[in-house]
Amino acid sequence: MTQIDERAALKKFLNYLLLIVLAIIILAPFFIGIWTSFLPTMDIAKGNLFSTNISFDNYVAAFTKTPILRYLLNTLVISTITMIAQLIFCSMSAYAFVFLKFKYRKTIFTLFLITMMLPFEAEIIPNFATVKQMGLLDNYAVLIVPFLTSAFGTFMLRQSFMQTPIELKEASDIEGLNHFQFYWNIVLPYNKISMITLGAYSFLGSWNQYLWPMLTTFSNNSRMIQNGLKQLQSEETFNDWGMIQASAAIIVIPTIIVLFIGQHYFKSGMNEGAVK
Amino acid sequence: MSTILTNVSKSYDSDKTVLNDVTAEIQTGEFFVIVGPSGCGKSTLLRMIAGLTSISEGEIHIDGQLVNDLPPKDRNLTMVFQSYALFPFLSVWDNVAFGLKARKSTSQSEIEERVNEALKMVNLEELKDRKPRELSGGQRQRVALARAVASDAKICLMDEPLSNLDAQLRIKMRQEIYALQRKLGLTLIYVTHDQVEAMTMADHIMVLHDSQVQQIGTPTEIYKHPANEFVASFFGVPPINLLPATKINDQTIKVNDDFEMSINQQVPESEFQVGIRPNELMLEKVDELTANATVKSVEFLGDEKIVYAKMAHNDLEIAAIVASDAEFKAYDTILVSATEKVLLFNHEGVNITQMEAVVNA
Amino acid sequence: MLKTSTTDVVPEKNVQAKQRHGFRLTAKDKYFASIFLGPSILILGLFVFYPMFKTLYISMFLTNTLGKTTVYVGFQNYAKLITSPDFISSMWVTFIYVLAVTVLTIALGLLLANLSSQKLPGISIFRTLYSVTMGVSVAVAAIFWLFIFNPSTGFFALLSNWLNLPVVNWLTSPTNAMWAVIITTVWMHLGFTFLILLGAIESVPSTLYEAADVEGASPRYQFFHITIPMISPTLFFVSTITIIDAFKSFGLIDLITKGGPTNATNMLVYRIYKDAFYSGNYAKSSAEAIILTVIIAFFTLLQFKFLEKKVNY
Repeated sequence: MTQIDERAALKKFLNYLLLIVLAIIILAPFFIGIWTSFLPTMDIAKGNLFSTNISFDNYVAAFTKTPILRYLLNTLVISTITMIAQLIFCSMSAYAFVFLKFKYRKTIFTLFLITMMLPFEAEIIPNFATVKQMGLLDNYAVLIVPFLTSAFGTFMLRQSFMQTPIELKEASDIEGLNHFQFYWNIVLPYNKISMITLGAYSFLGSWNQYLWPMLTTFSNNSRMIQNGLKQLQSEETFNDWGMIQASAAIIVIPTIIVLFIGQHYFKSGMNEGAVK
Repeated sequence: MSTILTNVSKSYDSDKTVLNDVTAEIQTGEFFVIVGPSGCGKSTLLRMIAGLTSISEGEIHIDGQLVNDLPPKDRNLTMVFQSYALFPFLSVWDNVAFGLKARKSTSQSEIEERVNEALKMVNLEELKDRKPRELSGGQRQRVALARAVASDAKICLMDEPLSNLDAQLRIKMRQEIYALQRKLGLTLIYVTHDQVEAMTMADHIMVLHDSQVQQIGTPTEIYKHPANEFVASFFGVPPINLLPATKINDQTIKVNDDFEMSINQQVPESEFQVGIRPNELMLEKVDELTANATVKSVEFLGDEKIVYAKMAHNDLEIAAIVASDAEFKAYDTILVSATEKVLLFNHEGVNITQMEAVVNA
Repeated sequence: MLKTSTTDVVPEKNVQAKQRHGFRLTAKDKYFASIFLGPSILILGLFVFYPMFKTLYISMFLTNTLGKTTVYVGFQNYAKLITSPDFISSMWVTFIYVLAVTVLTIALGLLLANLSSQKLPGISIFRTLYSVTMGVSVAVAAIFWLFIFNPSTGFFALLSNWLNLPVVNWLTSPTNAMWAVIITTVWMHLGFTFLILLGAIESVPSTLYEAADVEGASPRYQFFHITIPMISPTLFFVSTITIIDAFKSFGLIDLITKGGPTNATNMLVYRIYKDAFYSGNYAKSSAEAIILTVIIAFFTLLQFKFLEKKVNY
């Protein structure tokens, strides 16, 4: 019996060891990045990673010498507007596909499905020409307008709306609610979880944009954070690793905190959206 | 291969006790049913025997070996789950072969022989290539049984195996499980909340309630000599009528201030409860002045009728089984009396009936 | 990484359910439909359908440096592409990258998910830590890893110095640069893949494992004979998502290697971008874009087809 106990204890120990080693490997880039963000660039350049000259100087420099706050503001505004727009327009089209009966409904829905197969990355040439012609270049609008709606979002909400009990629709018909009222007062609240999931998707999707903003924005007034970071890293402050790491940390720390808080929710939401 | 439970207890977080001091011996080859209402700890007890749940206190011996710290796979037993636990991606045949393949100690030809044999025994040969989702509830149940049969384990545990089936199928499967157990000489430990299943199949029944063993005995013992009011009322449909009674003299007692009855045993206490099975009650239609009860409703069951009536005193209701040609209807005034075959319980609910009295009666 | 990519597909489930809501066709519905659907159709038409046809159109012409089409050449642009060693090497590089990223992400995600599905005290801490990379955006990941890969001051270089090993030139050798991009991509995708797979593993009914325990199956046997088959729909789902995302990789490549050294990481989307916006060869770029579309459409369709069935057993 003691033998069994010992083996179980050893197994448990190895288990935790493996869990810890893997956690260290996965988190190492964070630790290294965040640790060096507190070190003077001189020490980093000399390879003196165990320097004790810890300070917030890099952060102060990032906030005062670079337009990082402007980039963050741009991104926050663009991502928020994109998210709200997608929530509105995707839920509206999803509503139409589920609750309205009209000619060519099936055809239009198939077109939406086809849209999901077409990568935006392959359409940059004509899209660039379009926004140029519309005079939207280097403007918030160019980063928002093409993403006001999404076929994926529509599809996801449609799947969710179809689960709405038909009795709710029938009851509203009896009460005399029109489509707008039913959509706004019943369908949206009933599918709150899916709406929140889509909101998170679209916000993060916009936050992580890279190729499109790189093509269509040239000034700090409209540049988004991802491209802004590249700007910092490649041009102005070449090799100022301390400040670059500080800028990266400024962006990643709030997201990580949100993620830690919302982890449970994210997980269930994603699984619902993904596999069900 | 007897299974012995000695003072087995299970508690979570020190204060929440699920099972308290369970002691029992399960003989080799017997059909042992653990029965009780939901939440009584019966499934926990079964899982402790299987090794799926750890034992807080006490010991479990299987075939003379202490198994407290033995993992399930080394206890040489098999288990049928309430949800059947079939692997949805495997065919019927592969589901039955799962354990044999997993142990890797059985040769391919023996696996085939045993699986085919097991499928034959539960009449599933034709469906061996189907997937579980293509089967009906009863067929799935049979796959789970076949898996237990194919295993060479001599102890089989079943956790409410019939509760997902409809009433008709349940009776059929009940008979099949019973026949299988007898044929294979399995030691079967069977958990259920259904007193009918317990009564019809068991060699011995353990009645669990409030984390405690209430009684262990054969179906007859449990029915005729229930240890306490709980056991008495758990078995039998409709349940036994429990009424307060007082002693008048050595031969006579007064039940619920409504009727007197003679009794052929010494009653040790002056106030107690009397338990009368519905078929031991006698009803007679009388006028309002002599009546001691009023009929509330009557259920026609074919061969017999169940009459529910309200006693004149204490707002108590009784159920009585009468012949189907007896004519009672709601609001009839009746006189209730009883045969001498009654059970007596003290104020703690313990059976104080003198054995000989009932046996002789 | 969470992405609102147009290919993250949810299975189309019970088409019949749609019919449940089939109400009488009224003029009113038609009116509402145009209001509800109008904006989406307009945007998708303008920024997805029109450009797709336009790209196809351009790919069949020669273009001047302003992007204007000049001479119709049919499929000659495509013919030129598939005979150009340069393009073939690019495709090759892309396939290797996609394959490596997918295999590594799934394998590591599965390892992490399986480990942290155990019922151990404190396991939720590890779950949180493993999912952390979900919060990392493309530029942040690139910066963290660029510092690690940096040949003079980087963490790997320092580590090699301490251990007296030769310093590996992560970003200047073609093979190593490819590995650098792969490692960074896998790291970025790991959090998301891990969470999805963990969710799938946790939804396997526990009685299946209990039955296997009683039947004498070892943990290893249970993993390969219960866990893997039970989560195979999810495995397929995350695989196709990872494949599609990897084919569309652009940001990390632009940030880490810029397609170099000597085109060693010049993958498809990066090529499309450079041919159009650096070299001004819009026709060539369009033909490449159409090839990308065909590949993505193929995997998306695969996902649709598969998810229609919903489960594989």
